[in-house]
Amino acid sequence: MSVGILILIVLGLALLGYFVGRQRALSKAANEGRKLHSLPSYYGQFLALFTAVPALILLAAWLFVQPMLIESHVSGLIPDSAIPEGGARSLVMSDVRRIADGLDALMEQGGLGEEDLTRMRADLTNIRSRLAEVGIALGSNVPVEVFDAAKTYRSEKNTGSLLMTIAVLGLSLAAGGWAFMRIRPELRARNNSETFVKALLLGSSLVAILTTVGIVGSLLFETFHFFQIYPAKDFFFSTVWNPQFRGGSDLGILPLLWGTFYVSFVALVVAVPIGLMIAIYLSEYAGRALRNLAKPAIEVLAGIPTIVYGLFALITVGPFLRDWIAQPMGLGTSSSSVLTAGLVMGIMLIPFVSSLSDDIINAVPQAMRDGSYGLGATQSETIRQVILPAALPGVVGAILLAASRAIGETMIVVLGAGAAARLGLNPFDAMTTVTVKIVSQLTGDTEFASPETLVAFALGLTLFVFTLGLNVLALYIVRKYREQYE
Amino acid sequence: MSDTIASTDSAAAAGPRKGSLLVLDKRTRKRNASEARFRLMGQIAVAIGVLALVGLLTSILMNGLSSFRQTYIQVSVYLDPAKLDKNGNRNLEDIAKVTTFGYAPLLKKALADKMAKEGISIEGLSEKDAAALISKEAPADLRRYVLAHPTSIGKTVSFNLLASGRIDGYYKGRVTMESAKLDRNVSPQQLMLADKLKADGVLTTRFNWEFFTAPDASDTRPEAAGLGVAILGSAYMMLVVLVLSLPLGVAASIYLEEFAPQNALTDLIEVNIANLAAVPSIVFGILGLAVFINFAGLPQSAPIVGGLVLTLMTLPTIIIATRAALKAVPPSIRDAALGVGASKMQSVFHHVLPLAMPGILTGTIIGLAQALGETAPLLLIGMVAFVREYPGAPPEGFFDPASALPVQVYNWTQRGDPAFVERASGAIIVLLVFLVLMNLIAIILRRRFERRW
Repeated sequence: MSVGILILIVLGLALLGYFVGRQRALSKAANEGRKLHSLPSYYGQFLALFTAVPALILLAAWLFVQPMLIESHVSGLIPDSAIPEGGARSLVMSDVRRIADGLDALMEQGGLGEEDLTRMRADLTNIRSRLAEVGIALGSNVPVEVFDAAKTYRSEKNTGSLLMTIAVLGLSLAAGGWAFMRIRPELRARNNSETFVKALLLGSSLVAILTTVGIVGSLLFETFHFFQIYPAKDFFFSTVWNPQFRGGSDLGILPLLWGTFYVSFVALVVAVPIGLMIAIYLSEYAGRALRNLAKPAIEVLAGIPTIVYGLFALITVGPFLRDWIAQPMGLGTSSSSVLTAGLVMGIMLIPFVSSLSDDIINAVPQAMRDGSYGLGATQSETIRQVILPAALPGVVGAILLAASRAIGETMIVVLGAGAAARLGLNPFDAMTTVTVKIVSQLTGDTEFASPETLVAFALGLTLFVFTLGLNVLALYIVRKYREQYE
Repeated sequence: MSDTIASTDSAAAAGPRKGSLLVLDKRTRKRNASEARFRLMGQIAVAIGVLALVGLLTSILMNGLSSFRQTYIQVSVYLDPAKLDKNGNRNLEDIAKVTTFGYAPLLKKALADKMAKEGISIEGLSEKDAAALISKEAPADLRRYVLAHPTSIGKTVSFNLLASGRIDGYYKGRVTMESAKLDRNVSPQQLMLADKLKADGVLTTRFNWEFFTAPDASDTRPEAAGLGVAILGSAYMMLVVLVLSLPLGVAASIYLEEFAPQNALTDLIEVNIANLAAVPSIVFGILGLAVFINFAGLPQSAPIVGGLVLTLMTLPTIIIATRAALKAVPPSIRDAALGVGASKMQSVFHHVLPLAMPGILTGTIIGLAQALGETAPLLLIGMVAFVREYPGAPPEGFFDPASALPVQVYNWTQRGDPAFVERASGAIIVLLVFLVLMNLIAIILRRRFERRW
């Protein structure tokens, strides 16, 4: 029975349980002549929650654990002799899965029964051509062990599915039955069901922790694998990035880090002055008309997806910089360059810096401004000598947050900065960043367990640590140096 | 005391007051000039910001608007039974055996007949070159039509077929007579033929509906590439995000806002949510690849995986917006509910939550709009693949391979033909229109239903 139908049945049972529970509570109260503790609907809710929630949790856990168990068991059944030269167990396992799917298809379309399938043997039937008839293509003829493993896989999957259906429905009915027995007029149904709901709410909040654990766990796990097959010293200190399809790659992070920092530096040089001045001008100088026009326009810049900026860099800014500035001055011939990506990324960060600075500048109390004006300072002197120093920790925090955003940005650099990993100073050269390489290593054709693919996890971990560090630093600076007014 | 008086006297006597109050002295002038410069810098900054926005939108529009028009050729094709149905019994299986190679000569003949009828001839143009005016996708369209209407074999049917990419580019300014001389795929004679056909009304450039409905096409046929699969994939993913993140986000916010005690677990949850909001999107893609595809074995490039990854990304946004909405409901409402005898849970679910709903919905729509534009995490879960079939109907359709709007844009920018750049810009216009719509709905909701307490 498919998972979707199972879920619908459990939910249907819960709905049924609601009405049954409610009815039972009412009838019991009428029979015993006593008043119910809670509103009748709470008795129904009590029964429904117990019917649905444990069963659905069991279903989710089973779906998670069953594939792992079956994979490891069937993988152990395949002897080493069945693995072809230079191949891997995982490739044989994927063949096993496809043959199992093909057998299912054969049963559906070819009209074969279970008996025929159990009797089918790889050395007597041409499995490859039979499967090709139902649309499953295999690269080579099927060895006997692999075919037997496929049959075992299929039968274990079917048994697992059946057991899961029985277990889930059984738990649903059992829990529902137990709750049904407990329904009496004195039962504090409302309190019980509210405690249940509170537990569900707590569970939803734990998803956030689970996500972080998942991120850190998966990154650490695969990075650990990576450092087992590639020395960590070379990764962190080598200045050459040159992945080769056949192995023997040089995977040093330094050129990528340099590219990342260079592009982010250019982006901040563009975004911070402009964003800060926009915030100052709009909050101190601008009239209402200009503010109502300019503020939404800047906010729109914040809402535009980064792929749009990437395309803008690729088709407009890049060629413009190359044709009008780089080529005439002989500084470079590529339209993807650090300056292209940095400029566009700066434009993307302007609303970010501007809105954060705006909040900070508005938080400086009016009394300080008034005091400064009272002493005879002009507006710009007030801003430069009174407000900005007071707002400085917040502004520094905003700059750090913008830097963290710039470091983690992907699409603009993928489309605007090119793929050449080099340690150079010319801003008109193409230089690549950590995020571009993560994308290119994980969307390439290399095998998953090779160092060329696993390096992406190491890069991701580095990126995660950097951005997390910057955010924590920003928070710390703001907290420590913030002036407490009043 | 006399010293001080003497000193001030001497200061005053050292020089009589220079100039009048109405004439600014040097220092004041410098300060005023510095003030004016500062003000000017602010104005320039605002101008740069607004100009950047205008430049961005103009560049995208200029490049992309032309993708909404497409060139079509109208030909009457005689569906020759001798070529399409040799046995003559209109058996679908036999008809299906004829590949597109069998249909292409029919098109060639149809165009040649049309040219002969109108008396058009260009010197130096062979029949094969003339037929190259029609897109290579057209034989497949013809075949699909014949398989759907087998009774039409033997009749002459008029078709509106796509013109080839270079001809389309000619009418959009990408291809000129000069560039055609150097181009391998088109010749000036073909362009002259196209002009003659256009004068006769056979070739028309009209609004391109297929841009929204057709699936992606191969590298050599940019004229047939469309957004159908991408729009459907994005819609599925938004559905998954909505169904998963709204209940989870609201439940988590209610817990944190109303029920959470002040202990270490609560602090941990809050710190985690703040951190997740700042994690780069590509790290979520890595998480999706490692957990959902490798560990749980879900299919690559499927909307369900994309939806799950985007849910995790949207959750912090929804939680932050919902908490703000819940905080905005005044405590008097909660107290009044408790005073009438409700329990805490009842007061939250029956009173506070309905009143916070507009803010929650606004936050959700904005979160969805952000999720719609995300590209990086989707690239890592395998969505960079070329998908030609539509995903099926839900719920099985969630597990079929699909694409997404921003990923399709990225895909198209990686191809060589400049016609794809135009289409990528057109796709971005579609994406921006969706985003503007969603943000407008959020703003209207907020204006209409928000209450100022």
